[in-house]
Amino acid sequence: MESTLKNMVLSLTLISMAMVAGLGFVYELTKDTIAKAEKQKEVSAVKDVLPSFDNNPIAEMKEIDGLTFYPAKKNGQSVGCAVKTFTNKAFSGRFDLMVGFLADGTIKTIVVLEQKETPGLGAKMTEPKFKNQFNGKNPAQFSLLVKKDGGKVDAISAATISSRAFCDGVQKAYDLYMKNFVHSTSGEAAKSDSTAVKGGTHE
Amino acid sequence: MSNFKVFTNGIIKENPTFVMVLGTCPVLAITTTGFNGVGMGLATAFVLVLSNIIISILKNYIPDKVRIAVFITIIATCVSVVELLMKAYTPELYKSLGIFIPLIVVNCLVLGRAEAFAQKRGVWASALDGLGMGLGFTLALTLISIVREILGNGSIFGFPFLPAEADKILLFILPPGAFLTYGLLFAVMNALKRKANI
Repeated sequence: MESTLKNMVLSLTLISMAMVAGLGFVYELTKDTIAKAEKQKEVSAVKDVLPSFDNNPIAEMKEIDGLTFYPAKKNGQSVGCAVKTFTNKAFSGRFDLMVGFLADGTIKTIVVLEQKETPGLGAKMTEPKFKNQFNGKNPAQFSLLVKKDGGKVDAISAATISSRAFCDGVQKAYDLYMKNFVHSTSGEAAKSDSTAVKGGTHE
Repeated sequence: MSNFKVFTNGIIKENPTFVMVLGTCPVLAITTTGFNGVGMGLATAFVLVLSNIIISILKNYIPDKVRIAVFITIIATCVSVVELLMKAYTPELYKSLGIFIPLIVVNCLVLGRAEAFAQKRGVWASALDGLGMGLGFTLALTLISIVREILGNGSIFGFPFLPAEADKILLFILPPGAFLTYGLLFAVMNALKRKANI
């Protein structure tokens, strides 16, 4: 077909619009299923990072300052908590982690939920070699900073930014967990009070 | 060329991987397990069929000078559709293929068929061409990934046939193994073709 400015602009515009409409339709169609699949992933991550429990952490989840807490209990005693945390300091914006804490704040396991870091560099944080160094460490003694910044975390080589972001996400989860769940174990009422206030300030 | 020939063309005579050597990046990168190979192949086949159909329908409304831009718009849409569908219904597979699903956009096989076939032919023939090419690609990926999985992991489609403590040739799961497997299978294919006089 002969190209003129008019038909080039017209065909590109119309075809792009039609494609966008089609894509929007499929997006609407799959939106709910995708959300469900992601929720499923979160639920299985919660189970992966927690010690054995007999309550339902999903039903007891609490949102504090944008982080989601899934408390685990055994025989009514708190045994730990899975925290869905995030960082905005990553190399490509944001990523989400699920961190499992024991009752005293010791990290049990970390699972990477969602990340867009560079494959082969920052994306190596999903590998056991990096993320398993946190297992069994308590951030009270194990300073959550990469060695370059005076901490104890072995950064991924050539991906210091991603490693710092990872620490940032875990640190945030640890701070909020200690503040809202661990220090107030003396009284149930005080605990639910503080979370209520926190929940109120959120959003 | 009859419709049947259009269909088989992509599987044997002009197989994208073993004859035309198009779109080899995913061929080398994701063929570490049988499931990855089949999944990537079928995702590409779906994009090929869909983009071929749309382009052959619109071929009379696409000015020559902007055709590549229009093709890429259409292909990118098809890939996004596949991405959304995989995210919704096969999240595990989507996770293991990762970045290579969005990268189908720049797979030259897809653009190549749009340029060489779909923009000149009817809807039905273009759909068959896309299907044939897609299946040819899937077969090639499956073949390579099965060989690599057997040698490197001691399993077929996730079912281990060797005890876990047996020594495997780990090299075949790693990138060099992709080149070795591809090259050797290429030689076998060429030998077979010469024998059968295709």
